[in-house]
Amino acid sequence: MSNKTNGAILAAAASGLLFGAGLAIGGVTDPAKVLGFLDFFGEWDARLLFLMGGALVVNAPLTWWIRRRRTPLLQPSFQVPASHAPWRSQIDAPLVIGGAVFGVGWGLSGYCPGPAIVSVSSVVDGSLAALTFTLAMVFGMAGFAVWERYKAAQHEVATTEPRLAQPGE
Amino acid sequence: MPIPILASSSLATSTAITTYGPPLLGGMLLGAATALLLVSIGRVAGVSGIVGNLFSLPRTNRFHEASWRVAFLLGLVAAGAIARGLSETALVGNAPRSLLTLIVGGVLVGFGTRLGSGCTSGHGVCGVSRFSPRSIVATCTFVGAGALTVFVVRTLGVSL
Repeated sequence: MSNKTNGAILAAAASGLLFGAGLAIGGVTDPAKVLGFLDFFGEWDARLLFLMGGALVVNAPLTWWIRRRRTPLLQPSFQVPASHAPWRSQIDAPLVIGGAVFGVGWGLSGYCPGPAIVSVSSVVDGSLAALTFTLAMVFGMAGFAVWERYKAAQHEVATTEPRLAQPGE
Repeated sequence: MPIPILASSSLATSTAITTYGPPLLGGMLLGAATALLLVSIGRVAGVSGIVGNLFSLPRTNRFHEASWRVAFLLGLVAAGAIARGLSETALVGNAPRSLLTLIVGGVLVGFGTRLGSGCTSGHGVCGVSRFSPRSIVATCTFVGAGALTVFVVRTLGVSL
């Protein structure tokens, strides 16, 4: 393994550790707090708005500054979704439908992906909630991957099947 | 009488700090972690993408693609384990929901985040920080759908 490969693994682990610490300290690992934040029409708990605000205050200027570089430190290029298409054409049905499906699952459970994964070790104390949610989530993601592959295969069949010669050709 | 006023305002201040300080600090750590991943390996710290793309790894550069993802996820789990060691109440493994609801919610979150190309971290933190229109629309959509779900559940009075 090259030094850059080792460095990349280390940097990703450090980022994950810091990210997990932020989620745990921020209290988002508690599904009850998340459900309180989503309860706009009841006793709204504004705390998680401060979590998001804190993240944006730090991340937005840093992101702007980092992206002025031509490459990241340990890899040849940035892999950040960037589109120069007009913003209306970037908003498509999968984005909105996927966001809505995610939102319903989030509102039902009080978990989103990061906090659930951070909380899996609570299974040692006998609480199954985070682990159960995480396994179901991974199942949903695997299901999506299978569905996407099926769609791609269908598309390939449709485009490679020999076309019957049309009259007049 | 200045003293009681001072006392009460400092009480209010300390309550505000204990209430909003931890989420603010946690959020700042999230921002720092996200920036670290971007500056080091040029990737977006979106948890649903990091997990979900393990199921569709590219044919080239497979080792790198898998290893940084697994390293990040192990970092998340380790952070939780350390937090649990430091404080008994740091990880609330108890959700106010039944296991069946968590399973249904989990499948919806897994499928939905992949279809919508991101979750609270990838769209909500990284994308909004880049002022990406897609991410801003996605964030408004899932927060709105989440709020509507909580409202409907409470209104119907069903216990989940």
